[in-house]
Amino acid sequence: MSDPSVAEGDGVNTMPAPSSATLKKFYHDMLLIRRFEERAGQLYGMGLIGGFCHLYIGQEAVVVGMQNALLPGDQVITAYRDHGHMLASGMDPKGVMAELTGRAAGYSKGKGGSMHMFSAEKHFYGGHGIVGAQVPLGTGIAFANKYRENGAVCLAYMGEGAANQGQVYESFNMAELWGLPVLYIVENNKYAMGTSVERASAQPKFYKRGDSFNVPGEEVDGMNVEAVFEAGRKALEFVRGGGGPMILEMKTYRYRGHSMSDPAKYRTRDEVQSIRDRKDPIDQFGKKLVDRSMASEADLKTIDKEIRLIVNEAAEFAIEAPEPEASELYTDVLA
Amino acid sequence: MSTQILMPALSPTMEEGKLAKWLVKEGDEVHSGDLLAEIETDKATMEFEAVDEGRIGKLLVAEGTEGVKVNAPIAELITEDGDAKAVAAVRAPEPATAPKHEVTASAPIAKLALIEPQVPDGTEMVTITVREALRDAMAEEMRRDADVFLMGEEVAQYQGAYKISQGLLEEFGPKRVIDTPITEQGFTGIGVGAGFAGLKPIIEFMTWNFAMQAIDQIINSAAKTRYMSGGQMGCPIVFRGPNGPAARVAAQHSQDYSAWYARVPGLKVIAPYFAADAKGLLKAAIRDPNPVIFLENEIVYGKSFPVPKLDDFVLPIGKARVIRTGKDVTLVSYSFGVALILEAAEALAKDGIDAELIDLRTLRPLDIDTVVASVQKTNRLVTVEQDWPICSIGSEVCAQVVEKAFDYLDAPPAKVAGKDVPMPYAHNLEKLALPTVEDVVAAAKAVCYRS
Repeated sequence: MSDPSVAEGDGVNTMPAPSSATLKKFYHDMLLIRRFEERAGQLYGMGLIGGFCHLYIGQEAVVVGMQNALLPGDQVITAYRDHGHMLASGMDPKGVMAELTGRAAGYSKGKGGSMHMFSAEKHFYGGHGIVGAQVPLGTGIAFANKYRENGAVCLAYMGEGAANQGQVYESFNMAELWGLPVLYIVENNKYAMGTSVERASAQPKFYKRGDSFNVPGEEVDGMNVEAVFEAGRKALEFVRGGGGPMILEMKTYRYRGHSMSDPAKYRTRDEVQSIRDRKDPIDQFGKKLVDRSMASEADLKTIDKEIRLIVNEAAEFAIEAPEPEASELYTDVLA
Repeated sequence: MSTQILMPALSPTMEEGKLAKWLVKEGDEVHSGDLLAEIETDKATMEFEAVDEGRIGKLLVAEGTEGVKVNAPIAELITEDGDAKAVAAVRAPEPATAPKHEVTASAPIAKLALIEPQVPDGTEMVTITVREALRDAMAEEMRRDADVFLMGEEVAQYQGAYKISQGLLEEFGPKRVIDTPITEQGFTGIGVGAGFAGLKPIIEFMTWNFAMQAIDQIINSAAKTRYMSGGQMGCPIVFRGPNGPAARVAAQHSQDYSAWYARVPGLKVIAPYFAADAKGLLKAAIRDPNPVIFLENEIVYGKSFPVPKLDDFVLPIGKARVIRTGKDVTLVSYSFGVALILEAAEALAKDGIDAELIDLRTLRPLDIDTVVASVQKTNRLVTVEQDWPICSIGSEVCAQVVEKAFDYLDAPPAKVAGKDVPMPYAHNLEKLALPTVEDVVAAAKAVCYRS
């Protein structure tokens, strides 16, 4: 822990190590996001997905580690690079893909699209298109948790670019002041669209960004799903136990452009390839599973085949599903 | 089995592209994420990655080929088994890109009165895109006045999210072309403060949707300070960026903010359509001692129009322009709506209705005199806009015409606008939410009592 104010020893270290079935689930969940996003990119290329489409490829360990550390009833809110968060929240790949193609069977009936998707059932509060706006919203969800004393924690994800927005600090201040059960996850993928961390951030250590408000923070290897899970479990216990808000900075990397139309000329192909070769969250974790004899190469191949089938079915479904009825244009504006 | 790899669309507006370079050759094994090719889109050169695993069969399109249509097969991929059945093989879908916005407004322009009175006879016209016109306007003013600088997200090293500031960093350096963090309220306030201190900032919003984070600084600080200070202190600043519905980007990124700003005393608001207006009015905005809201349109950026080749082409703020003369009905619009009225006028002409077209160009101050003069001649008015219909620019134009030319009207004014709903994402719903040429034609016929 980078901040001594985050206590260790009050039970957090006695949590059992995740079982081999849990670890295999991590692998499965990450690979599902990877294959889903690759297919989404392809459908975008075919003109079946329109507008902006921000892929999560490279960052899978963050959301899979964190979502697996949540308890039932905990809430999640994020920005527009959100497909992985939905899948890791247990949302149906068919419904997510159908929203991407703008069909009635999509999670927002085709009205929201890639950046604006929600599932009340899974406590997934979106999917928000304005940089940083989800952070006070997540803090408000945590306010409701405390108000109702329901024991739930809200996970508010943001990119490191969003972490420069003023409303983030207003949120930190009130969350600490009022002891709100919110866990802020800064997904530091090194580039806010085309601007590198160093060019946009006077304090690039995002886990320290809560210092002025006494919000503790910790830096986590966001390419290592086990490290994310462990840090997530501890932080959630701290927050749930009444410790107030906390920040986890996930050091991660996105392989694709900011959106589908970003040529990503602000970094070299070698830089991307080098991260892929050395740090890919899925490849590295797969190797670990094999090394620890928790899975064989053949097992991993079988998982991959199963996932390709799921993703292909989702894509077929999303292509064939009908568009919304014209009358839907006027529904859901007001309750 | 083998499947086809198709030419991808790599931007919301791409319809065809150049296959610049193959990064694989026939017989290569490829895995998900491997780079296949470099493709030049309408905006940039992009890398294209493999999704399905297999061996590259025949390359169907040679590298260097231009004008390869989206979804055309470019290579064969031989896959191990049926599992990797590529969705690409299912069917080549209808492209969901651009067409709905492709209004072919070029035909009628030739006979339109597009030359300004301030352009001398015989002036050479050059055809440039709106994107280039905006860039040229900023570059000329920055050369002319060392107090002018450009600030915003991705304006410098990235050359602009929509490539409006291409080349400016190179010419003017990082002191005057400044990349900001994603912190709209902060850099807007910094711009306004610099304006108080006498500099002439141009603040680019990546889109006007993001300016909502900063609208307090625009209205409470920039617009009101001259008044609150009893005229001691003003703010010579330009806020600019793309406004209005774009393509398939849904409710939070697709909205027309014209009416939001046009009702604020202390601001000027400009929303051009043609490249010459974009250039001449942006130059005027930069020189204006007041805060100016400059509303561009992403769909129009790539359109080409003639612009007078003059050393210093500046247009007056606050003047609408009659872009086509007619006697039967007045169609009034601004920004992308001008494309709609241009097309509608052609369709109406075929039915014997002679429409007069007015491009407002400036929304505040509103040149109502030009509209009233036209209505006094045609006796009929249709306003056209992509904004919501309630409390819109069209609402204001209709109200003022009723106040000032009621006795001249032969029919109640008609308003064509976007639907009164947040912008939906689905292709079919988005189409339904936006006004069409057919809507304009129908409204014009209705006020002419023709069906």
